[in-house]
Amino acid sequence: MSRAGVARGGGFFLLLLALPFFGLAHWVVNLLVFVLMFAIMASAWNLVGGFAGYPSLGHAAFFGIGAYSMALMFHGAALSSGYEPFVALPLIGLVGAVIGWPIAIISMRTRADVFAIVTITFLFMIQTLAFNVRSLTGGSQGLSLPVAPFPAASYERPFYLVLVAMLAVAMLLTFGAMRSKIGLSLVAVRADEDKARGIGVRVSGVKVLAFSVSVGLTAMVGGVWAYYETFIYPQFAVDPLITIAVVLMTFLGGRATLWGPVLGAVILEAGQQTLAYRLGGSQFYLIAYALVFLVIMLLLPRGILPTLEERIRLRRRARVANAPDTPGAARTADAGRVALAPGGRS
Amino acid sequence: MSALLGVDAVTKVFGGVRAVDGCSLEVAEGSVTALVGPNGSGKTTLFNIITGYLGADGGRVTFAGRDVTGRDPGRLYRDGLSRTFQQARVFPQLSVLENLVVAAGYGWTRLFTPRVGRADRERADELLDEFRLAPVADLLAAELSYGQRKLLEFAAVLMSSPRLVLLDEPTAGVNPVMIETMERHIRSRNAAGITFLIVEHDMTFVMRLCDPVIVLDAGRQIFSGRPDEVQNNPLVLDAYLGG
Repeated sequence: MSRAGVARGGGFFLLLLALPFFGLAHWVVNLLVFVLMFAIMASAWNLVGGFAGYPSLGHAAFFGIGAYSMALMFHGAALSSGYEPFVALPLIGLVGAVIGWPIAIISMRTRADVFAIVTITFLFMIQTLAFNVRSLTGGSQGLSLPVAPFPAASYERPFYLVLVAMLAVAMLLTFGAMRSKIGLSLVAVRADEDKARGIGVRVSGVKVLAFSVSVGLTAMVGGVWAYYETFIYPQFAVDPLITIAVVLMTFLGGRATLWGPVLGAVILEAGQQTLAYRLGGSQFYLIAYALVFLVIMLLLPRGILPTLEERIRLRRRARVANAPDTPGAARTADAGRVALAPGGRS
Repeated sequence: MSALLGVDAVTKVFGGVRAVDGCSLEVAEGSVTALVGPNGSGKTTLFNIITGYLGADGGRVTFAGRDVTGRDPGRLYRDGLSRTFQQARVFPQLSVLENLVVAAGYGWTRLFTPRVGRADRERADELLDEFRLAPVADLLAAELSYGQRKLLEFAAVLMSSPRLVLLDEPTAGVNPVMIETMERHIRSRNAAGITFLIVEHDMTFVMRLCDPVIVLDAGRQIFSGRPDEVQNNPLVLDAYLGG
């Protein structure tokens, strides 16, 4: 990435780290906690749904697996500092990734719509288990976790900061994938998987790896969520709406981009919460939410970032082609494209 | 010259149709062999079986003296057997340069190295120069003309230093200048030691370039010999003109 990219990333995370110290109201920090959760999950989903082109609808199952892992680990435990559950997060990520590995090997033999159906089936399977394996999950009565012994004035802050760190990890993993042959292979898988296999791309390996990392991160978010809520029920811990929200956010911001899922999460989660407050407890806000989504899909069909990028690229190309002193102007539009190319990829 | 590729009594049945019917043929090392035949004679199906995209219902495929029947296409590719497709299949979202790099057949450990490393760049630059794609190296493959895409697909499968390249209709849908270019590249690569097996309908192209010519009809070989013999062979005439 260019220096501008480093500055952008650094600035964004400095701002995120500074935000809770501005004395924001509790509801604002609470909103930010949820925005961060969704930003991490959308970034994680993007690895599979965006780069590899496998639209998983089962990610909420791993959110639930993470939530229940956390609840089972700390159910009835006494916390001293309150940071113990955070220390357990890497373990929860590992649990998610290890469970995800065989799931990926089986489900990724199918593609596109069939894959979506297979993964959502897995989600409902996990939800049914959460309802019915009462000895483990408490069934519909749910499971409680100890309340964190953080001071009331800044109760959300530790959760917030842990989530910022996790977002950094998710974005670094995405960036690393994009910059390595893993990303190159994933794009090839998305574009034409059979062709990719025929030219020796490690097709199965990269997609299973992407899926495992992705659901591992999702499970970690589930763990934080469980600790934050202190009480979890099957219908909220394994909720298809979480999957759908994460998919919409990624599509809205732009699939297979670094910043798209984060942008989508900020817009949709903040928008949804605001609309829910404004329009009261009825489900009217869902209609407004859908309208926002429709308008954006109409104007920016490929997602916000890719559409903007395309426009900037076309404008820059037009400028190069029209400028009198470039080699492109004298010849055809094709020559203009060639002249532009090196600058466009720096 | 020994046989680099051997197809021995290979059969493939789709429902009631025997697309490939006990087909046997050999491709000699160092040759440019043509595989021709009327539409539906099983050429592409045979290509798919040889390259591992389709399982055979019977028979054996040998490559470089080893039985490779039903082997994974990726493994065959890394072992030196490459192919191109009838409809130039390149990755439109990747740049021309990246299309070459992704085809290098790299192993597990290299997955964690930079997307386009210095060694990749050097390796790709040779091919970009050879195929005159250097000026468009940084364009997306989606922006290339169809002929250029065919050229790119051909260049890409050379990244793995193959021993045998199967070309599926390399001249279909490209202009005459591009056909000459393609022919020149095949000749120079053949001189450098690569064996070719080419499915092609353009018979003048086949006559200029290929020796021997193998003719398929109804899923089996009906002729194999020098190009000047093929046009006078009664079986071949019968297959093409019907009877």
